[in-house]
Amino acid sequence: MSTTLDLSTKKETLTATKEAVVRELSGSQAVLEACIHEGVDTIFGYPGGAIMPIYDALYDYHDKLKHILVRHEQGGIHAGQGYARSSGKVGVVFATSGPGATNLVTGLADAMIDSTPLVCITGQVFAHLLGTDAFQETDVVNITTPVTKWNYQITDATEIPHVLAKAFYIARSGRPGPVLIDISKNAQIQKFNYEGYTRCNHIRSYRPKPIVRKEYIEEAARLINQAKKPFVIFGQGVILGKAEKEFKAFIEKSGIPAAWTILGLSALPTDHPQNVGMLGMHGNYGPNVLTNDCDVLIAVGMRFDDRVTGRLDKYAKQAQIIHLDIDPAEINKNVKVAVPVWGDCKETLPLLTQLVEEKQHKDWLALFNQYTAEEKAAVMDAELFPKSGEMTMGEVVQQLNELTHGDAIIVTDVGQHQMVACRYAKFNQSKSNITSGGLGTMGFALPAAIGAKFGAPERTVVAIIGDGGFQMTLQELGTIMQTGLNVKILILNNRFLGMVRQWQELFNDKRYSFVDIQSPDYVQLAKAYGIAGSSVSERNDLRTALSNMLQSEGSYLLEVMVGKENNVFPMVPQGCSVSEIRLK
Amino acid sequence: MKKEFTITVYTENQVGLLNRIAIIFSRRKINIDSLNVSPSEVESIHRFTIVINETEEVVRKLCFQIEKQVEVLKAYFNTNEEIIWQEMALYKVPTDAVAEKLKVERLLREYGARAVVIRKDYTIFETTGHREETDRLIHFLEPYGLIEFVRTARIAIIKASSGFHEKIKEFEAVEPAEELVENEFLNQGQAVFTM
Repeated sequence: MSTTLDLSTKKETLTATKEAVVRELSGSQAVLEACIHEGVDTIFGYPGGAIMPIYDALYDYHDKLKHILVRHEQGGIHAGQGYARSSGKVGVVFATSGPGATNLVTGLADAMIDSTPLVCITGQVFAHLLGTDAFQETDVVNITTPVTKWNYQITDATEIPHVLAKAFYIARSGRPGPVLIDISKNAQIQKFNYEGYTRCNHIRSYRPKPIVRKEYIEEAARLINQAKKPFVIFGQGVILGKAEKEFKAFIEKSGIPAAWTILGLSALPTDHPQNVGMLGMHGNYGPNVLTNDCDVLIAVGMRFDDRVTGRLDKYAKQAQIIHLDIDPAEINKNVKVAVPVWGDCKETLPLLTQLVEEKQHKDWLALFNQYTAEEKAAVMDAELFPKSGEMTMGEVVQQLNELTHGDAIIVTDVGQHQMVACRYAKFNQSKSNITSGGLGTMGFALPAAIGAKFGAPERTVVAIIGDGGFQMTLQELGTIMQTGLNVKILILNNRFLGMVRQWQELFNDKRYSFVDIQSPDYVQLAKAYGIAGSSVSERNDLRTALSNMLQSEGSYLLEVMVGKENNVFPMVPQGCSVSEIRLK
Repeated sequence: MKKEFTITVYTENQVGLLNRIAIIFSRRKINIDSLNVSPSEVESIHRFTIVINETEEVVRKLCFQIEKQVEVLKAYFNTNEEIIWQEMALYKVPTDAVAEKLKVERLLREYGARAVVIRKDYTIFETTGHREETDRLIHFLEPYGLIEFVRTARIAIIKASSGFHEKIKEFEAVEPAEELVENEFLNQGQAVFTM
């Protein structure tokens, strides 16, 4: 292919300066060079026909790029997500065409809704075969369009350096998200004159951050300074914007109580005196009730998801709402806002902090604590410190807190155990709570925990998973086995698909329709993969078992048999206002 | 209250962008009444004109979603009062019917129609105007054996658009568009072994 000529004429000046470094590379090598230049250290993937040239090139790059062979592409992409969330870097995933690529779709949708930066590279059939129903051909770009921030198909190797630079830039900048690059096999094989790699930091049609408008910051500060009962609610924007310090400075100066969405969890230490707890359907009592009592509601990097707001026409109607968000499409999407503060909260929060008066809202904060006391008596004491009866999920998390002192990364799956873990787990540092929030993807936790460990190898990673979700992606035990990774797997087994069962109990007259799920012998299963494990069903054994799990040298699977029909409370029933939250 | 809105989108010229924009509507089960895509006066910048029937609130949110796409430069939405718009229609009718039964002169005058082609077997008329106007001519021609009818999508000019043209030209001049890459290999690989 005579593509080299085109390039030299197009970028004459560039070639002149870079002549010395021009060398011939294959498209596949250019993909790996791009990864190296972007600071990628770990790739999660699974080979197959259409991506074989890239894997062939990888053979020579194994000293520079660590490739983790997963057991299923969905596992690969969730691992990429876990890696991105624990490290703050872009997760990279390789998959082949057709089924390999379609297996990524759930993870892409998850990453899209939870704003996780990913670059996924899929192989594609030869360009001349596109549209012929060739073996393992799927229209991957079109399948993934709704679930990617950007995607692109490469059919010519000369495009690779520049398109991958764009891919990484788009994935990590602004509101992050997944990007998919589909590369036809001929482009992977094609040799071309490689002129080096230039990172992208600008695309003419793309504005990752809106311009910060001073007048809105001033207006926001004015509202905050006048407020008697201001309330801060924060989401993952604080973590994605790496603005934890700025956020803490803001709430500490303004003295405003702050509550979090489940993706915002760990942006502020759980024990911070102004951290009043969790918002939403299974959030804490005070934050939900007082959302409908505050006079100024300051939302930072969150998107008013329906699981947070409950019934919208009864959501914070009395309050003036200030919304800080990097994505202009989020402002006024679900909730009418009095002051829109467009921008990266890393920039806007310090500007706001400068203008707000130093205050302490003691009485207002005390009101939150009153609600906490009420919730404690009605729900938490029995959940966290039960004296008799079946074990609760809450006490497992509580015991875990006491052993990890809030230093572990907790990865959760989806369902009751997720809500319990988010409600009760303690966190001292950011990027420690990894869960599938927006999409609610069961099967997320085990592969995400693998990725999280690669993203933060020095930290303890505990995956808390239900018996339902674990069975969705348990094949990734094979990945743990092969990599010798140290991940702690804590299965909370209630022998039910607990969250659906809870709804069926509360709203469908206990008609338990297909929620009774059986489990294999998890300890034996782990053993088959060479992973140590144990199972406990007695309260007296719990502490020792957890401690053994944490102290074990490698990965460890601990199954805890918990109460079959325990419910997660408080709860805002669907269609109700947040202030109609039920304690039982 | 739902009403007709015209959305004007300036974009890069990129394979697949049409789909990205179209699914913003279909995801919400909103029907696109009319869609025109073509290069703007600056060749590398394309212009979408999309007509939908929705509430202003919904249309505003749609525009934010459209602008969020990496390759979209800008999206505007306007009510019918804020734009000048036209559609073009072609009508094919048997020439003998036209010659014998139809007062062509009346047709041309009343509907502002123009004969584009006159052949022995058929004649093609063209009109431009609003939907109702082109519709009226269909009804008029139907009894004379209308053979085929086709209408373009709406194209619209925003009344308050002073400076648009200069802005786009300047934008392109400051930073020219990237080259569009298409698949150069279709039908070229008969002899290639694919595994």
